[in-house]
Amino acid sequence: MTTIEMTVDGVRYQDEVEPRLLLVHYLRDRLGLGGTPIGCDTSNCGACTVQVDGVSAKSCTMLTVQADGSEIITIQGLAKDGRLHAVQQAFHDEHALQCGYCTPGMIMAAVDLLRENPDPSDQEIRDGLEGNLCRCTGYQNIVRAVHSAATTEARS
Amino acid sequence: MTTTETHVIGQPRKRKEDARLITGQARWTDNITLPGMLHFALVRSPMAHAKISSVDVSAALQRPGVLAAFSGADLAADLGSLPCAWPVTPDMVHPDHHPLATDEVRYVGDAVAVVVARDRYAVADAIEAVEVDYEPLPAVVNMEEALKDEVLVHSQAGTNKCFVWPFDGGDYDAVKATADIVFKRRYVQQRLIPTAMEPRAVVVEPLAAAEEFTVYSTTQIPHILRVMLALTVGIPEQKLRVIAPDVGGGFGSKLNVYAEEVIALVLAKRLGRPVKWTESRSEGYQATIHGRDQIQDIEIAATKDGKLLGLSVDLKADMGAYLQLVTPGVPVLGAFMYNAIYKMDAYRFRCTGVFTTKTPTDAYRGAGRPEATYAIERAMSDLAHEIGKDPMQLRRENWITHEEFPFTTIAGLTYDSGDYEAATARSMELFGYDDLRREQAERRDRNDPVQLGIGISTFTEMCGLAPSRVLGSLSYGAGGWEAASIRMLPTGKVEVVTGTAPHGQGHVTSWSQIAADALGVPFEDVEVMHSDTRVAPMGMDTYGSRSLVVGGVAVHLAAQKVIEKAKKVAAHLLEAAESDIEFAAGTFSVKGSPDAKKTIQEISLATFAAHNFPDGVEPSLNSDAVLDPENFSFPHGTHLCAALVDTETGHTKIRSYVAVDDVGNVINPMIVEGQVHGGLAQGIAQALYEEAVYDDDGNLVTGTLVDYLVPAASDLPEFTTDRTVTPATSNPLGVKGVGEAGTIASTPAVVNAVVDALRPFGIDDIRMPCTPERVWRAIQDRSSGGDRSAEGTVAYGGTQTATTAGRDTEAGGGAQ
Repeated sequence: MTTIEMTVDGVRYQDEVEPRLLLVHYLRDRLGLGGTPIGCDTSNCGACTVQVDGVSAKSCTMLTVQADGSEIITIQGLAKDGRLHAVQQAFHDEHALQCGYCTPGMIMAAVDLLRENPDPSDQEIRDGLEGNLCRCTGYQNIVRAVHSAATTEARS
Repeated sequence: MTTTETHVIGQPRKRKEDARLITGQARWTDNITLPGMLHFALVRSPMAHAKISSVDVSAALQRPGVLAAFSGADLAADLGSLPCAWPVTPDMVHPDHHPLATDEVRYVGDAVAVVVARDRYAVADAIEAVEVDYEPLPAVVNMEEALKDEVLVHSQAGTNKCFVWPFDGGDYDAVKATADIVFKRRYVQQRLIPTAMEPRAVVVEPLAAAEEFTVYSTTQIPHILRVMLALTVGIPEQKLRVIAPDVGGGFGSKLNVYAEEVIALVLAKRLGRPVKWTESRSEGYQATIHGRDQIQDIEIAATKDGKLLGLSVDLKADMGAYLQLVTPGVPVLGAFMYNAIYKMDAYRFRCTGVFTTKTPTDAYRGAGRPEATYAIERAMSDLAHEIGKDPMQLRRENWITHEEFPFTTIAGLTYDSGDYEAATARSMELFGYDDLRREQAERRDRNDPVQLGIGISTFTEMCGLAPSRVLGSLSYGAGGWEAASIRMLPTGKVEVVTGTAPHGQGHVTSWSQIAADALGVPFEDVEVMHSDTRVAPMGMDTYGSRSLVVGGVAVHLAAQKVIEKAKKVAAHLLEAAESDIEFAAGTFSVKGSPDAKKTIQEISLATFAAHNFPDGVEPSLNSDAVLDPENFSFPHGTHLCAALVDTETGHTKIRSYVAVDDVGNVINPMIVEGQVHGGLAQGIAQALYEEAVYDDDGNLVTGTLVDYLVPAASDLPEFTTDRTVTPATSNPLGVKGVGEAGTIASTPAVVNAVVDALRPFGIDDIRMPCTPERVWRAIQDRSSGGDRSAEGTVAYGGTQTATTAGRDTEAGGGAQ
């Protein structure tokens, strides 16, 4: 067992974990943060994407001990003071989700994409979200939503 | 008092479902954690076919945190056999399907033992300690090999032939004798893996003292599952509650009764504690149903001008190793769609179901109709090429014209409505058909290494499953009705209970629109409840693009009954004759006295109080409706695809894709468009990317998302979508199903485009998926590109290597 400390969605945690414990299992099973789902076992789908120290990461591909000392934001910590993040709002407005299972990871990846490129082209959005799979939407409205969020962010 | 708003139907209302999904507050089955809950995992066969010599779970029982471990033989008496609800012929071979195999394993992934432990890591460790001895038997993965009956999947059956299902409309041989042209093609439907983003999971919570059980499952069919679990496990139905919490997509893969659901129930009963199972993705690729996997031998009899006279289809459908819930019914459902939108004098269909040592197939988005549509739409384009006619013109000369509806087809279905001319005209306009043909000719003339192809699909489909008596005539085990209830609350708010089980389709939003319009209440005042057999006791669930046309219409009908009841109360309160009461926009008024009126909310409150109520009338406005539809619904449309094929690399890029669909009246255009987008993506995926590949030993080579290429955003184009509106005449809302249309239509449009691009190379077929490798080989060999190449080569989806093929996929480091 290893002692780790991290901040998740603004709350500080200290825990003893097995070195092999995946970050996503720590979030889900130990902290009860079920908002970050698991969609595969090969790091292809991106459903489990979170922010680790401001950068998106697939939490199924990271051991909890690797995140020791980090600040993590999950989909459950993205809205601030009851206000949705621009990307969350845009996903709702543009119908960028259907079943919603990929949505937490897709939103977290899109937030990171816009951080790196605040004014992406369609192709840049499609390429930037390549690591996140959606089976429902055909991605068209996801692309629309990311554009719309970029516009909102630029105005604010 | 709230103001009323009419015609919420037709508006792109934003979804009520989204709030919890975009904030991470969804309740997926794997999120459910109960006090004392145990986790179980299955030991799965690494061999496609073998006798089980022995199963020893004793070492697993010694592992820390393990509470129980069982072999198939240990639980055989409790587990029973998994149900198949669609025995398509009386003499269908229907072998036992034990949730845990007892004597033989018949596909890689067939479960042989179960271990129960305190947490998911402990159980993942412990299953490695289960020792299973196998005596290998030969695998048979190819249907035509299997039909030789040299290797029997079920030796006691004596054959791999599951059934032969025939259909005849008219006399095909007679019309063939008069034909100028007899045109033959073989098309191959590769095997697909549905890949709903949420892996399957099940949790069972026992209430031991009362012998009651709550089953939480990632299912599309909580109601059917309840019936089937009661019948399979022998727990009285009234003691079972099934809940489908938030479900992350299905596409047919969750339209089933799975081994793990039965095992979970039996374990919870035996151990008296809640149990949970969650599949890893690679486990699911073996253990969750696959789709398609058919060989289609098509023959068209026609005049020399291309007038269709008759169609013959000889279909082989791969069942896999066992029959799941509707496995044999999938190709049978397709039988009625091969003739599609075309008129002809005779139709002959033969389907042979075949067992192989592979994961069972079952319904995958479209279930039989994408296969049929692919074959006929490919054949129409290929026939047009053969006789030197424009492929759209050939279709036009053969399709049912809009004046001819209702039209009874050679397959015996009556299409209630449609306008193929209108959808086609709109589609060609958006597409720029003539300009693209010009560009194609130019590229051909200059031998451009990048060739342009134009693909057409003028599809229809039958959906909205279904009139119960039709399902009965096809030997399906259940009806096709749907239930809805409306509860008028004292405060004037409305609860709608539906028997559908949405998992992404947005029923809460669309049903709210239907109820709001019918009752004249605000959209926001309607709550929709579903997918819990205690909350929604009657239902037939969600599949086959049935939810709106059956379940949504049932909501509308229940609302009409509410209004009828409320009219009596209004008449009493307004001291008028019931026949003088008019209802519009949520308000009851007296004919000729516009000031004498009561809102539906006022009537609800008055009914709750029931102080001043008409004699002999029950104080309740609540109403139920159960709708058994009179017909299927027949959405149609014209899809056009322009594909650029790089003849030097074999790479295909979709340059433009236009989909004009006619799904009748639309409740929520935003949701409908989303359904089309998603459907297109899945159909395009079959055309270009996805294929479940087995090696000769029966190993699933594409066993993970690394090897099975589900397209990402970068792999798909921007779609242009539009609609024409020809209302269905078979239901009062004029609606048709939309969930599968995009998938059904798009696969042939794309492959027709790829083939069209390569016609100058003498190519008239490319096997799906049209990967760069296969297209390149086709160009080199003047062939269809053949089967996917053997392991060890680089295909579209990544590197296929011997080291990843068919190995035990449970990683030692953790089970996801």
